[in-house]
Amino acid sequence: MSANAKTFNPYLPQLAAVVERVDETRDVFTLRLCLHDAQARAAYRFQPGQFNMLYLWGVGEVAISIVSDPDDPDLIDHTIRAVGRVTRGLQRLKPGDKLGLRGPFGRGWPLEAAQGRHLLLITGGLGCAPTTSMIHYALQRRASYGRLTVCHGVKHPDDLIYTDRIQTWCAAPDTQVMLTADKGTPEWRGRVGLVTQALEDIDPIMFKGMAMMCGPEPMMVSVAEDLLKRGMMLTDIHLAMERNMQCAVGHCGHCQFGGKFICKDGPVFPYAQLRALLAVRGF
Amino acid sequence: MSQPSLLARADFDSLIRALAARGYRVLGPRVRSGSIVFDEISGAADLSAGFISVQEPGSYRLEDSGNGRYFDYVHGPESLKRFLFAPKETLWTVSAGGEVSFKETLPDLRPLAVIGARACDLAGVSVQDRTFLAGQHSNYTDPYYACRRENLFIVAVNCTRSAATCFCVSMNTGPRARAGYDLALTELDEAFLVEAGSEQGETLLADLPLKPARDVDETAATQAIAAAADSQTRRLDTTDIQALLFSNLEHPRWDDVAERCLSCANCTMVCPTCFCHSESDVMSLDGTASEHRREWSSCFTLQHGYIHGAQIRPQIRHRYRQWLTHKLAAWIEQFGASGCVGCGRCITWCPTGIDLIEEVNAIRATRIDTPAPFASLFPPG
Ligand SMILES: Cc1cc2nc3c(=O)[nH]c(=O)nc-3n(C[C@H](O)[C@H](O)[C@H](O)COP(=O)(O)OP(=O)(O)OC[C@H]3O[C@@H](n4cnc5c(N)ncnc54)[C@H](O)[C@@H]3O)c2cc1C
Ligand code: SF4
Ligand code: SF4
Ligand code: FES
Repeated sequence: MSANAKTFNPYLPQLAAVVERVDETRDVFTLRLCLHDAQARAAYRFQPGQFNMLYLWGVGEVAISIVSDPDDPDLIDHTIRAVGRVTRGLQRLKPGDKLGLRGPFGRGWPLEAAQGRHLLLITGGLGCAPTTSMIHYALQRRASYGRLTVCHGVKHPDDLIYTDRIQTWCAAPDTQVMLTADKGTPEWRGRVGLVTQALEDIDPIMFKGMAMMCGPEPMMVSVAEDLLKRGMMLTDIHLAMERNMQCAVGHCGHCQFGGKFICKDGPVFPYAQLRALLAVRGF
Repeated sequence: MSQPSLLARADFDSLIRALAARGYRVLGPRVRSGSIVFDEISGAADLSAGFISVQEPGSYRLEDSGNGRYFDYVHGPESLKRFLFAPKETLWTVSAGGEVSFKETLPDLRPLAVIGARACDLAGVSVQDRTFLAGQHSNYTDPYYACRRENLFIVAVNCTRSAATCFCVSMNTGPRARAGYDLALTELDEAFLVEAGSEQGETLLADLPLKPARDVDETAATQAIAAAADSQTRRLDTTDIQALLFSNLEHPRWDDVAERCLSCANCTMVCPTCFCHSESDVMSLDGTASEHRREWSSCFTLQHGYIHGAQIRPQIRHRYRQWLTHKLAAWIEQFGASGCVGCGRCITWCPTGIDLIEEVNAIRATRIDTPAPFASLFPPG
């Protein structure tokens, strides 16, 4: 057995503590975590688009994207929607509470290829955590990128989270934020309709840039195909995928998508790699 | 490694005792509830001798072989999988008494020797190595698997019979054990031809009352193995199999097989290469500790495709298609090898007798080849 196998157990969580919990909406919250062990903390590095496995004592583990800045890896932020056993339990944690953390895992956004390009960030539904990490990353390094357009679609105006942060994004230089709700309300100031329809109103110069998206697969596919029609290069479209995950290290088989493992080959993929299979239901 | 030698049938006991003397827990083939399984043995007398296994799609029957041979039965439902990748195990425990702490629970290291592994089983281990040991195809070593792998002594048996469901010849994995064993035996009328495949195997040979093998013995062994190979009638044509399956994902045959498939997961449980597993927590009764466990799971279960608010593979058609396309095609992209070693177990142990070869043949015979972009997934060559 290699020395590595004896010393490193990729299944074993590290102890982490909750530093802060921010409640974003009724069911969405941000956990700010800090690894307990000083050495582990010093060694911890991640990239936007990567994820951690968070373990809630006695209940189980779930995959959650990292949304904080990689230059400040001491504090690891996760924005979580409480949907089930583990995530509801995580929502009840308070500062000082302990949990388990393994990670970071997977391949994040193509940061190098994105340098100097216009960035079109498209999210649908509530699955916006992976793109949020990229938006924060780019805004912190504003000069390294061209124009930034965030196109965020929700089903219902009440689903909109992060309203404070969206205000900050709107105020950033050369940055445009477009909000869309499938159905409007009298107070809603954004667009009404599908997120795909919002592409109509985007300055065509953005289609010469790079697109990064996450959300429901049918939405990502229709947006990606639309972007191709509008002249975006196939190689410039990237998306974040989701599947059931048990191990996060390519061993448990649950996250397979054809010949890819979402946990290790993704969760971020060039659309070109998935295009054919995304057109088929049931993978 | 070494020149083959002969171990007299009457001396077979010495192999088992030599392993036990070196501290191994020794397992060998025994009859349990109508099939052969690997179970604890302390001498040759514990082995079940004189059986052949009659295997057909959806059926397994042990019959009297009419001779006293130990290994004429070919194989039972078990491969070596459970000895390396445990069906159920605790990965770590976590306590909360005062300070929360995680503790890994690596398996008990008592060395294990298994007598009776077949060539397809060895091939299965080498396929699982690609998943569970860090290397070209995996980023992480699974320490639980690695521990057991280190401590397993494999006594392989070259098959001198094939079951009707076997197709190791077309998967190029058997019936002769090629690599990955410590010792390999070929059963002859009055003796075993013995070959060592590792240093440990070589060392163990020194403890046995061996005689040098004569040319006639080697010829007899070679002929018997060749006869087993020649008797195989099932063949899986793997020509451009990735393109074939991935460009026929909407073929009506998937609906047809879904009518017969019960989604029972038997095929994945008996398969020597299937590695899917799920994890769960079990809390102690007093609530002070929790065990984090994993157990075999399968792409035929609904849990496998569950993500909150959606079921990725809601129909049996999707699940059977996931299984077959993974096994025979996606596996090659993931691990540089087929996920099928040709053991035929999934055919024998399928309650409705579904034969994957028939399914592939049916698709091949009436392929509808969706045009690109599917074809572009697997460019020829
Ligand atoms: C790479 C990746 C990144 C993610 N990032 C985030 C994030 O930043 N914020 C967030 O709120 N959610 C994220 N998710 C989804 C999150 O993992 C699920 O919401 C969570 O697993 C639900 O667990 P539960 O026990 O609360 O729900 P239940 O419905 O009770 O789920 C039971 C079990 O099913 C599995 N499961 C259920 N849904 C999912 C799912 N969507 N993905 C994978 N496994 C699932 C898990 O094993 C879970 O423990 C991400 C998922 C993936 C794969
Ligand atoms: S797919 Fe069937 S024949 Fe192939 S290795 Fe698995 S159980 Fe054996
Ligand atoms: S996905 Fe299915 S075929 Fe593939 S390893 Fe898992 S259980 Fe076996
Ligand atoms: S999450 Fe286990 S293989 Fe990807």
